[in-house]
Amino acid sequence: MDAALLIDFGSTYTKLTAVDLENEEILATAKDLTTVNTDIMIGFNKAFEKLKEKIDISKVNFVEKLACSSAAGGLKMIAIGLVPELTAEAAKRAALGAGARILGVYSYELTKHEIEEIIEKKPDIILLAGGTDGGNKDCILHNTKLIAEYIHDVPVVVAGNKNAQDEIDAIFNDAHIYHKITENVMPRLNQINVEPARKVIREIFMEKIVEAKGMKKAEEFIGGILMPTPAAVLKAARILADGTDKEEGIGELVVVDIGGATTDVHSIASGEPSKAGVTLRGLQEPYAKRTVEGDLGMRVSAMSLFEAAGTRKIKKFIPDTKYDIEQRCKFLQQNVNFVPEKQEDIDFDEALAMVATDMAMERHVGFIESVYTPMGIIYSQVGKDLLNVKYLIGTGGVIVHSKNPKKILSAGKFNSETPNYLKPMDPEILVDKEYIMSAMGLLAEKYPDKAVRIMKKYIVKA
Amino acid sequence: MGKTVVLGVIGADCHAVGNKILERAFTDAGFNVVNIGVMCSQEEFINAAIETNADAILVSSLYGHGEIDCRGLREKCDEAGLKNILLYAGGNLVVGKQEWSEVEKRFKEMGFNRVYPPGTSPEVGIKDLKHDLGIED
Repeated sequence: MDAALLIDFGSTYTKLTAVDLENEEILATAKDLTTVNTDIMIGFNKAFEKLKEKIDISKVNFVEKLACSSAAGGLKMIAIGLVPELTAEAAKRAALGAGARILGVYSYELTKHEIEEIIEKKPDIILLAGGTDGGNKDCILHNTKLIAEYIHDVPVVVAGNKNAQDEIDAIFNDAHIYHKITENVMPRLNQINVEPARKVIREIFMEKIVEAKGMKKAEEFIGGILMPTPAAVLKAARILADGTDKEEGIGELVVVDIGGATTDVHSIASGEPSKAGVTLRGLQEPYAKRTVEGDLGMRVSAMSLFEAAGTRKIKKFIPDTKYDIEQRCKFLQQNVNFVPEKQEDIDFDEALAMVATDMAMERHVGFIESVYTPMGIIYSQVGKDLLNVKYLIGTGGVIVHSKNPKKILSAGKFNSETPNYLKPMDPEILVDKEYIMSAMGLLAEKYPDKAVRIMKKYIVKA
Repeated sequence: MGKTVVLGVIGADCHAVGNKILERAFTDAGFNVVNIGVMCSQEEFINAAIETNADAILVSSLYGHGEIDCRGLREKCDEAGLKNILLYAGGNLVVGKQEWSEVEKRFKEMGFNRVYPPGTSPEVGIKDLKHDLGIED
């Protein structure tokens, strides 16, 4: 039988998914610890052995082997723009959508001090923006010159003012800096254009970053490491929502992905105001939007989650716990491999997951402000209105393995106590039971119709 | 490319019709109009002008609170590095029956280069802007 082997070299685990391409079924999944520091194939082979125990390998012919990766710190990026709310924000969104981890966002003319800071953060790629097409050139040229002078070994994606491209190209060529020039992330004021930059970031990821992270060896066995894992999840979400030429999608949706270190939220929705008389303001939102909360996570970020939420907020989700909230979060942060077994421990983890869902959704969605004017109250909306989104999908260890995924995800729904946040009002809650979303994002590269059908089959009602 | 102007309605003012008319008129006159729409804060005008390297900011106000909304815009422009950018204001800038020359004087003191009373046709502003930017008709 023809099958596809889909691999996710994660930060902790290397996860394998074997898919029967004829019957469009998941054959088996397996995982083992990622071994990027020694030889990435050790962990892969261990996981592959486990996979072989579950399926009759003699009958399976792997015609596709595709991988994504967030190992070795993921794709680490710096975003640079001109005005913080405009091109710097647009650059940040482009990088996030490409599956990056943002180490820093810089605006206006860079200083030498900031350049030192950027070097210290050791980014994999720098995204350089600034100015609308025909707009400000001075800032991006200043920043180009500083980068050319001081930062030599980091690839740069240039996505700023079109009218500065030739000069930037010449400066980087003279300094022998690896760079690619693409369309402006904000060609006109408040209008964003993130897809071309995302595409170029992915190209550089495949050409340079995979090798730099010591994963080239994996490419001898597998077809290629195609994208960072979060980009695969976003791709899966998008194709599940929109469908393909032949296969219908399920419509607008939100995906919540809770991990040990971060909580990601992906929304595939236009986000336009659903109520009449609302003025939309601020920078245009990407249709496929990803946000990452680096301070909300189950283990590595348990303490920062505590600091962001506070005892009272966490207590609201677990009023009867015997644990001291702060001490417990400290314990979880220090024991990143802790797997809860006792009921009280499971309850505590689920409460943290609910807090993470609640806060990550609050930061992802748009909000409504009422403005009092001589003409009466007027409502202005900044960000995406997700009130009418049809599906809220959960993925990530804590949700996938939970007995109560619906309870956890419900924390991401509209809350009448904070009615300004435009969270989904009454979505159907689904769960990525087999943990296949990143794998399906990969499969969609070659078999989009199959990926949509398999997701419709395996992403089920919670 | 023609000169760039940032156009918008300041404050908690959502009068959109005049805004659209001005956008059309200035675009037809050859300007690259960056229209930031209604209900804009001073910061939004300034940020837009920085990113687009604008030559002028055209502020409309219809609801009578223009004087409060416009105060400090020049100082903030200076602070943001937009030295000598042209600032125009027009519409129903103040409430009540006030002497126009007084209103104009106050706005000029606030750093506006040109101030227009209610009922001014867009052609007047276009002509002035061309003159101020040294564009030949």
